[in-house]
Amino acid sequence: MTYLYVAYAATWLIHVAYLSTVARRYSRLKKEMEQLGKK
Amino acid sequence: MSAPAPSGITLATLTKDIRLEWRSKDALNSMLFFALLVVVVFSFSFDPNAEESRVIAGGLVWVAFLFAAVVALNQTWSRELRNQVLDAYRVSPAPANSLFLAKAIGNFIFVVVLEALMTPLFIMFYKLRALGPAWQLIPVAAFGTWAIVVNGTFFAAMSLRTRSREIMLPLLLFPITIPALLSMVEATTTILVGDPTTSAKFWIVLLATYDVVFTTGCLALFETVLHAE
Amino acid sequence: MKKAFPILGLLTAAFLSYALYQALVVAPQEQTMGDVQRIFYYHVPSAWTAFLLFAINFLASILYLVRRNPRTDKVASGVVVALAVLACVGAYVFKSYLPKDVYPSSVVTTGIVIAGIYFLIRKYFSEPGTDILALTTAEVGVVFCTVVLVTGPLWARPVWGIWWTWDIRLTSTLVLWLIYVSYLVLRRFSSSGETPVLAAALAVFGALDVPLVYFSIWFFRTQHPQPVIGGGGSIDPRMLRVLLINWMAFLCFAVLVCWSRYRLERMQRDVEETQALEALLEPGGRVR
Repeated sequence: MTYLYVAYAATWLIHVAYLSTVARRYSRLKKEMEQLGKK
Repeated sequence: MSAPAPSGITLATLTKDIRLEWRSKDALNSMLFFALLVVVVFSFSFDPNAEESRVIAGGLVWVAFLFAAVVALNQTWSRELRNQVLDAYRVSPAPANSLFLAKAIGNFIFVVVLEALMTPLFIMFYKLRALGPAWQLIPVAAFGTWAIVVNGTFFAAMSLRTRSREIMLPLLLFPITIPALLSMVEATTTILVGDPTTSAKFWIVLLATYDVVFTTGCLALFETVLHAE
Repeated sequence: MKKAFPILGLLTAAFLSYALYQALVVAPQEQTMGDVQRIFYYHVPSAWTAFLLFAINFLASILYLVRRNPRTDKVASGVVVALAVLACVGAYVFKSYLPKDVYPSSVVTTGIVIAGIYFLIRKYFSEPGTDILALTTAEVGVVFCTVVLVTGPLWARPVWGIWWTWDIRLTSTLVLWLIYVSYLVLRRFSSSGETPVLAAALAVFGALDVPLVYFSIWFFRTQHPQPVIGGGGSIDPRMLRVLLINWMAFLCFAVLVCWSRYRLERMQRDVEETQALEALLEPGGRVR
């Protein structure tokens, strides 16, 4: 039955990992935009 | 002056490639050596008796040919790139498909020559003897080789301006070619094993279908890809 | 639009939690497999979502390729309409030739939905937007596909004792995953200015490949029969209900993820354009 919980956990792990890469790129982009705005 | 007939262009490009290759034998030699290495390494790893080898040889043979074909495919366009031939081609009124067909047919001939040279070695190393209808191996080899070559030539053109070009070609080629590879391997194994309840016909038809679908696709999209580089 | 996002996010999270509750508690326990079968409520919706996303990628790729030229655009629209009409008419005319569990109404619905999505994309997305849509759906599709490939073996192992089998559904999904990963690699590594065109061509090839993949593995399986992961046959209506709830929840989630990724890519391209313009107009009057 642990397989069930591992499967559900793995699913969300994969989704969270992807979403965090999107978020990281987003914040990096925001910083770049601020730099462009200052120039 | 009107553009010469497309078939004329294809033939001219094809004969030029074959002549160049015959003089230098670059691609052929590297392909041959590579395939030979693969065969020898496999022989060390598997030392099968005649019965076992009939079951696994199908897969081994096609893997070896596939890797050797990639060696040939990788250098398909490199000569053209070096001498700015592609730019000249884009500007000329010649249809892009003639160039593609010439390259694809040239690669096909090279790989078929390779297969013809390697097959006796395989038969020797693996004590192979086809128990089924051996003549069926010819359409399998013909359709299968064309499947690898037509897509390979197309993807070689697509990877021209990518980083790690040599890796990009197999990376793009292998997943798309999986149904063709599966068909080739299964057909070859079926013919070698010669089980009377099975037939390689379905696989051969599937290979032919694959060839038709992707040759059409390549011809339809090659012009776009050529101008996209 | 942007303000709606956090609210929608919370709603989706609530929906997903409800769906999880349904899957773990409300759904009846399966007779032979027990509780492990509940993986099904995550495995199958992820697969359907991935396939839907890849289908959208295919349509967006075609649109990107045909819209470069107004003539091909018209021809393509005509072809799509013709195919949809053909599907509607042919589904009933050739009713007897359809496979056992395929109804004419589903063929009609599929045809209309595909044509509908094609024209919706065409109407609401600009040309570069179509390319961003293709990239987005490919990426998110790969994520969902990864979930399918991870949950599949986790289900297979306790039930059949093996991690993997060349089962038709799992294998086709693996090949699909490989094709789209290669698509993403091409996108990342191509330094040509026309990467979207190349990627679109690859996507079309991938889509052409899908039925061939399916048939080749199907015949391979009939030659070498093996256990079927994912179960066949009919399904208890209570389970179907939970399955659909989970699918709807995951679809909402997928839409939000795609939306975020789309916005990110859009912003990224705008920034790159601005940076390129700035580089051209360097202070000191030097134009590169």
